[in-house]
Amino acid sequence: MTAGRTLEPRDWAAQPAQAHPSYKSTLLRSQQRRLVPLPQSQSELTAPVFGPGAVEDTDCDLTRSAVRSGEPLGERIIVSGRILDGRGRPLRGTLVEVWQANAAGRYAHSADNHAAPLDPNFLGTGRGLTDQEGRYRFTTVRPGAYPWRNHPNAWRPAHIHFSVFGTAFVQRLVTQMYFPGDPLLPLDPIFNATADEQARDRLVSRFSPALTEPEWALGFEFDIVLRGPAATPMDT
Amino acid sequence: MLPQTPSQTVGPFFSHALTPSEPGARIIASNRLADDSGGLASIRIAGRLLDGAGQAVKDGLIEIWQADHQGTYPDGTEKFSGFGRSATDAGGRFWFQTIKPGSIAPGHAPHVNVAVFARGMLNHAFTRIYFADEAAANESDPVLATVDPGRRGTLVAERVEGDRPRTYEFTIRLQGDGETVFFDA
Repeated sequence: MTAGRTLEPRDWAAQPAQAHPSYKSTLLRSQQRRLVPLPQSQSELTAPVFGPGAVEDTDCDLTRSAVRSGEPLGERIIVSGRILDGRGRPLRGTLVEVWQANAAGRYAHSADNHAAPLDPNFLGTGRGLTDQEGRYRFTTVRPGAYPWRNHPNAWRPAHIHFSVFGTAFVQRLVTQMYFPGDPLLPLDPIFNATADEQARDRLVSRFSPALTEPEWALGFEFDIVLRGPAATPMDT
Repeated sequence: MLPQTPSQTVGPFFSHALTPSEPGARIIASNRLADDSGGLASIRIAGRLLDGAGQAVKDGLIEIWQADHQGTYPDGTEKFSGFGRSATDAGGRFWFQTIKPGSIAPGHAPHVNVAVFARGMLNHAFTRIYFADEAAANESDPVLATVDPGRRGTLVAERVEGDRPRTYEFTIRLQGDGETVFFDA
């Protein structure tokens, strides 16, 4: 991206609502005042740069990075995809961070008291840098669904949290990747807070025979599209 | 154009990944962007994150991105990264040890860019921290000028008298009376 070039706006039609009453925690945490438009300056169009030193080789393999006594339990999977801007151009060398529950649906987090076992060999966190094609790749185990008390018998569909930086602070994105065919998706207030069905479906990974490794792990493809450069009169 | 990927909440369980504190954890960013030996430039930002009922948000994540003391955004080659992260504690408090940013361009007041994430926030929210002891610069700042004068104060951190290093207090109210100004950036 040309330094200083402005970005297209956030596409609010493709984003979840601020307040989504069926997701109860939004009630007191959503903004009621209109957002104030902010002209983009260097403050918005620059972003922190994380070099190779931010990541170690094992950080992208969640089945190895926290091993104490053996392999973590669960269905081993490969999750990979490309980080692109709105023009389809790869974001190279950009930091991708992930976190997730273990195969039993439990986070290695002191605030998670779901009555499912912790896995001593799985922390559920990873990070990686995208390559020249904007591609990231993680090896992990498929996370379990878990209950979350938002409403009676509420269960979160299996998901992996993603955090992505891009090259501009306003490209920052935190999102969640879901799995195809999950019967909990139609019931989940967080997933369904995005009203646009096509936008919502972009949060669902695709099973990928090409990523699947024989005798080893199923593969799932999940691309992320960040805001691209704004159109200029010269582009039309 | 490719359609954008929707945001989703950071949820309550991000800390091992984004703000790890266990011994030996390798971190990419913390709430100490600089030590406190930067002389006059050293500052501490002490903040609180409150919900629409005025209650502490105990599981929030605050990220900041700022220029160095000369007003230049770091490009990854400098010691000062310009980027910080702080989880909120049981009192909704967060803090950063950093340096006061310089003006990024003529007429622009020194400011720190802020992204706020939390369970219950499906999209993160952008705001800015300005400094109360930069009254003249704030007066001419082109962004503050676009904000309703009655709400500008929500973007200005107050100086705590006497503290060393210099400490500024900043409260982020997600909703309701005194709701912080958030930007469509």
